Amino acid sequence: MSLLIYAESAEGKFKKVAFELASYAKKVAESLGTTVTAVTVNASDVSELSKYGVDKVLKITNDKLATFNAKAYADAIKQAAQKEGAKVIVLSSTTDSIYLAPLVAVGLEAGFTSNVVGLPLSTSPFQVKRNAFSNKAFNITEISTDVKVLGLAKNSYGLVESNSNLTTEDFSPNLNDADFNVKVESVEKVSGKVTIADAEVVVSGGRGLKGPENWGLLEDLAAVLGAATACSKPVSDLGWRPHSEHVGQTGKPVATNLYIAIGISGAIQHIAGINSSKVKVVINSDPEAPFFKVADYGVVGDAFEIVPKLTQKLKEFKAQNS
Amino acid sequence: MKILVCISHVPDTTSKINFINGDSEFDTNGVQFVINPNDEFGLTRAVWFQEQQGATVTVVNVGGPDTEPTLRKALAIGANEAIRVNAAPTDGFFVAKQLAEVIKQGNYDLVICGKESLDYNGGMVPGMIAGLLGYNFINSCIDVKIDGTSVKAIREIDGGKETSSTSLPLIIGGQKGLVEEKDLRIPNMRGIMTARTKALTVVEPIDANNSTKAVKFEKPTPKSAVKLVSADNLDELVSLLHNEAKVI
Repeated sequence: MSLLIYAESAEGKFKKVAFELASYAKKVAESLGTTVTAVTVNASDVSELSKYGVDKVLKITNDKLATFNAKAYADAIKQAAQKEGAKVIVLSSTTDSIYLAPLVAVGLEAGFTSNVVGLPLSTSPFQVKRNAFSNKAFNITEISTDVKVLGLAKNSYGLVESNSNLTTEDFSPNLNDADFNVKVESVEKVSGKVTIADAEVVVSGGRGLKGPENWGLLEDLAAVLGAATACSKPVSDLGWRPHSEHVGQTGKPVATNLYIAIGISGAIQHIAGINSSKVKVVINSDPEAPFFKVADYGVVGDAFEIVPKLTQKLKEFKAQNS
Repeated sequence: MKILVCISHVPDTTSKINFINGDSEFDTNGVQFVINPNDEFGLTRAVWFQEQQGATVTVVNVGGPDTEPTLRKALAIGANEAIRVNAAPTDGFFVAKQLAEVIKQGNYDLVICGKESLDYNGGMVPGMIAGLLGYNFINSCIDVKIDGTSVKAIREIDGGKETSSTSLPLIIGGQKGLVEEKDLRIPNMRGIMTARTKALTVVEPIDANNSTKAVKFEKPTPKSAVKLVSADNLDELVSLLHNEAKVI
């Protein structure tokens, strides 16, 4: 009855979140007195998982799963869980895993809790803490079913190394045609840019930047930090930036290590969406901007002067420290 | 085409979040409830299908009698009829089972839910309905076009978007993009008046167990005050980010 994780990969390589999931699962498995099994789909080299405490890999290699398909992937994870007799299945909060998690839960008749932010508070009864009310509160949830599915919130646990003796087994789940009724026709991805989902640092702009022509300022800063760029809701509503960059309660959630908000006043909905970020820096000309109340560091002043200067300082810092 | 839009009745996004009874219950005192924003984008898209492609639109909510004004608002926006499943929505799996039953009874072709509600943020109900019924499912959906029974849909993925084809019956977990913010409708007087005479049917829940239970709520610990750095001393900010926050 091991604990099962789905270790996500893209183009054969594990995503960082796979290692975070493994780190978390290892700790939970210890408290349950069991081991960690990871199921992988078309990952080329699975040995890296042994650094984060995974004991066994069920390795799926299947051309039909070359593009993500929620139903087929969920079916495969369900069968892996059944094969291992897993009582706890831990999934991440990537767009794909959020998509398949409820299907896995139904398939296993399991209670499902998403947005989990820490280790179980107790394992009997099984209680976990999760984000709720758009990050304005936490909610302690008890799962009463025999099999349990947990969705771990982004960037909520971190990486913890722990070496293990990994065994690998090829696994071929039985997939039926009905699993493939949704067919992917095309994928459009921004290339050469850090995405908000993967970024460790996000640099975000609001109406204070006065117009889309001024975004170069923000992009320069983002480039130095290897950051993704984002924007407030009014900026995307005005069409200055694409919707995909809108972060906040009705946009994308952000849970990065560093969030830099430039010219964003800090409406309650915006703050809800970015509040899981660990360190928040606010640059705003209005010292009364509500964003300063939730920020860790703040600079009051004109963004058009401060941002280029900060970019320069960071360039110098990076040059000295790399 | 028969469309069902699943509506959550949630606190307005500007609400102060507080708890009562030993932090075991959300304090609804003074809170304004609205149609869950993700559901409202879906509802507006459904009304578009009604106007452009002759669909009928039913809205459904699992909740007590206090949620009826939210359903009436959906009717005023343009839905044809409403159903309320008379039960407290305490667990995602329980709610999904209730909605799956409504869908089976009403033979809906297209079911639009918000990808998540802004109160519990479970993000599980649309997927669970799809799992229970074995219907096709698109999550984080930002565009859907229907021609007969064939469907073209776009979903948001990390760093881009993905176009897929599928067929009805279909469950959607929707969000902004199904329609834009500017397309959302504020009910007009005529809409509000006709909504009063549209059918709002109350059905009793089917037997289903809860698989999870919210035991307690907590508010985040208050933050310590912001450290202000002078605009003339950005070296200090760089040093704080490096030495104190350790994020660069």
